[in-house]
Amino acid sequence: MDFTFTEDQLALRANVRSVFMKEVAPELLRELWETDSGRSAELWQLVTEQGLTALSVPEEYGGLGLSDIDWVLMAQEVGYYGLTEPLIDTSWVGAALIAALPESAAAFKDVWLARIAHGEAKLAIGHPLNPLVENAHVADLLLLNHGDEVHAVPRAQVTLTAHASLDASRRLFAVEWTPSEATRLASANVGRTLWADALNRSVLAVAAQLSGLVTRVLDLAIDYTAERKQFGKPIGSFQAVKHLLADVAVELEFAKPALFRAAVSLANGHSLAGLHVSHARLALADTAALAARHTMQVHGAMGYTWELDLQIFMKRIWALAAVWGDKAYHLARVADHVLAESTVLDPSQTFAA
Amino acid sequence: MELDYTDKQRAFRAEIRAWLAEHVPKQPLPSFDTEEGFQAHRDWERTLFEGRWSMVTWPQELGGRGCDLIEWLIFEEEYWRAGAPLRVNQNGVFLLGPTIMDYGSDEQRQRFLPRIASGDDVWAQGWSEPNAGSDMAAIRTKAVRDGDHYVINGQKTWSTRAVWADWLFGLFRTDPESSRHHGLSFVLVPLDTPGITVRPIRQLNGETGFAEVFFDDVRVPVENRLGDEGAGWSVAMATAGFERGLMLRSPARFQATAAALVRLYQANREQADRDPAIRNAVLDAWLRAEAYALATYRTASRLIQGGEIGAEASTNKIFWSELDLKMHDAAQAILGAHGELVASVPREGAIGSWIDGFLFAQAGPIYAGTNEIQRNIIAERLLGMPR
Repeated sequence: MDFTFTEDQLALRANVRSVFMKEVAPELLRELWETDSGRSAELWQLVTEQGLTALSVPEEYGGLGLSDIDWVLMAQEVGYYGLTEPLIDTSWVGAALIAALPESAAAFKDVWLARIAHGEAKLAIGHPLNPLVENAHVADLLLLNHGDEVHAVPRAQVTLTAHASLDASRRLFAVEWTPSEATRLASANVGRTLWADALNRSVLAVAAQLSGLVTRVLDLAIDYTAERKQFGKPIGSFQAVKHLLADVAVELEFAKPALFRAAVSLANGHSLAGLHVSHARLALADTAALAARHTMQVHGAMGYTWELDLQIFMKRIWALAAVWGDKAYHLARVADHVLAESTVLDPSQTFAA
Repeated sequence: MELDYTDKQRAFRAEIRAWLAEHVPKQPLPSFDTEEGFQAHRDWERTLFEGRWSMVTWPQELGGRGCDLIEWLIFEEEYWRAGAPLRVNQNGVFLLGPTIMDYGSDEQRQRFLPRIASGDDVWAQGWSEPNAGSDMAAIRTKAVRDGDHYVINGQKTWSTRAVWADWLFGLFRTDPESSRHHGLSFVLVPLDTPGITVRPIRQLNGETGFAEVFFDDVRVPVENRLGDEGAGWSVAMATAGFERGLMLRSPARFQATAAALVRLYQANREQADRDPAIRNAVLDAWLRAEAYALATYRTASRLIQGGEIGAEASTNKIFWSELDLKMHDAAQAILGAHGELVASVPREGAIGSWIDGFLFAQAGPIYAGTNEIQRNIIAERLLGMPR
């Protein structure tokens, strides 16, 4: 029993953090809002150079072979810095889905896992839980769920219709496409497990980003309330302001362990990984909603302006609220476990297999 | 990260589970805030001690098992799973004991710790005074040096377990010229010393879980001081840190309540589901109890690797106290019109009584430092906001 990250894992995070701090600045995110694609070749090159595109691609395909536990730390940084390149869908969720394809898709795996590892391919993922597909416009390949079959469709073979999000960084598309034998990589029988894993991994990724976003809006609010003075004092010295932010800190403190446990469960194929992932997702969705509300409140009228960078991260929090399953969806998954007659509920069960 | 138990930890769990199955009283003991219940709980402490289960984290030579924090969490899980009695000497075993290990002399360790472990000495707390509550540094009760004794005059209040306890630990002003955090000392006082008057305070539940303690020229030997003279504040902060943190409110306690809440809901779904919010409240309570357990395992792992508990102890206190309220609110909502009935009223069906827990939960956000004080601590020390 050891609930801590390794020094290597923390060192990797520190490195990525320092690079993102320098290169993924709010000014750049704002510039990208104004571009057609909203995406940046330079940023994609950056994440490739940092080894992130290869992070969990198996070593025999040229990747680093790291796990969901490493990724959860990376996804927190993606959230904190507001990165919207299709890194998670490509190199975490997509790569894992492709790596798990059956032997019949061996040739496909050889080609695409190598491309992913080298940063030469971007993926988008379409699943019935999300009405729209993020980043479909820049994807070389779309991995699409058709009644739990796995289909891989080049972008040239789909028709995209853009749907604007309140978060101008997010680029969402309705995808029209025609499933065929040529696009199918796995049957529904095989695909069911693959998609269940992809779903859990995506839910975990959203939860991890929310965790990073909560830390970001808290940091912004702490800085602002230390600088802004009223009644001759920094407003952060007033208890009414302190308590709003302390509330967020408390919730985050108890959401993060659920996030990290979910990553371990997913990495180990734990039979309750879905429950653990939904727990993390629910806890972080609530924490993030509270964080957006309270951090905006302590900014006063400035919090309602376009000028402040708070909006970048607050809007991301709101936009992610129901991505990869809304609250009802995840609560139902929790209820399926907690309320089942066969479930043993007592304090000795937290880490039961 | 490895979230699985070792074989040794599994064996430890099996051992305590078997022992509890054999020894936990079949009928619940009367409340330890009654004279009869106090004695019954003291006897239970003795039973635990004889099985070497009263303080598993203490070293072998002090009656413990030298367990690490993970094993302590396992112990607690089994303890609450078995529905074993509350710990009447929690002030001694969870608060004072660790403080004596850190700040006491060898002689003090030998003198006090074994008697805490055995339940021979049950301890009361002596922090608050009528004008020193959240502002504990406003303490005025004096302990004036007279040769090799302190002479104590003044009053403590909200002194938990003082009605039937043997000893009291607390903070006293040993430097009469001092103010605030300076000039305080941490002194251990036998409650049968002449000059002490204990006046029970009746609580919301009608029982006397705490008391006022009046000191009138109470003479206590200087050797009863824990830590240096004038350094009482930092000793007390360590004690309060333990209280807020890991030892006093283990996650298992809240997981046991959450599991009982789920069972209550399942047994009364027809009634409960008339309000869809109840189901969500039950699920949320279960998740939060789980989150508290996960966070505690994470903290324990960090401590085992040499880390320290800091201001995050304050997040614990807010989290468990508010969770306890939420769980009992949900239970009351399920019970509906049965909710107001006191525990002694016999009742049909799978209802049980939640009212004692409901009342006790109301105190959670207040004792051990109000949640408002905890939020100040979090804002200033965890978030670095200005004072």
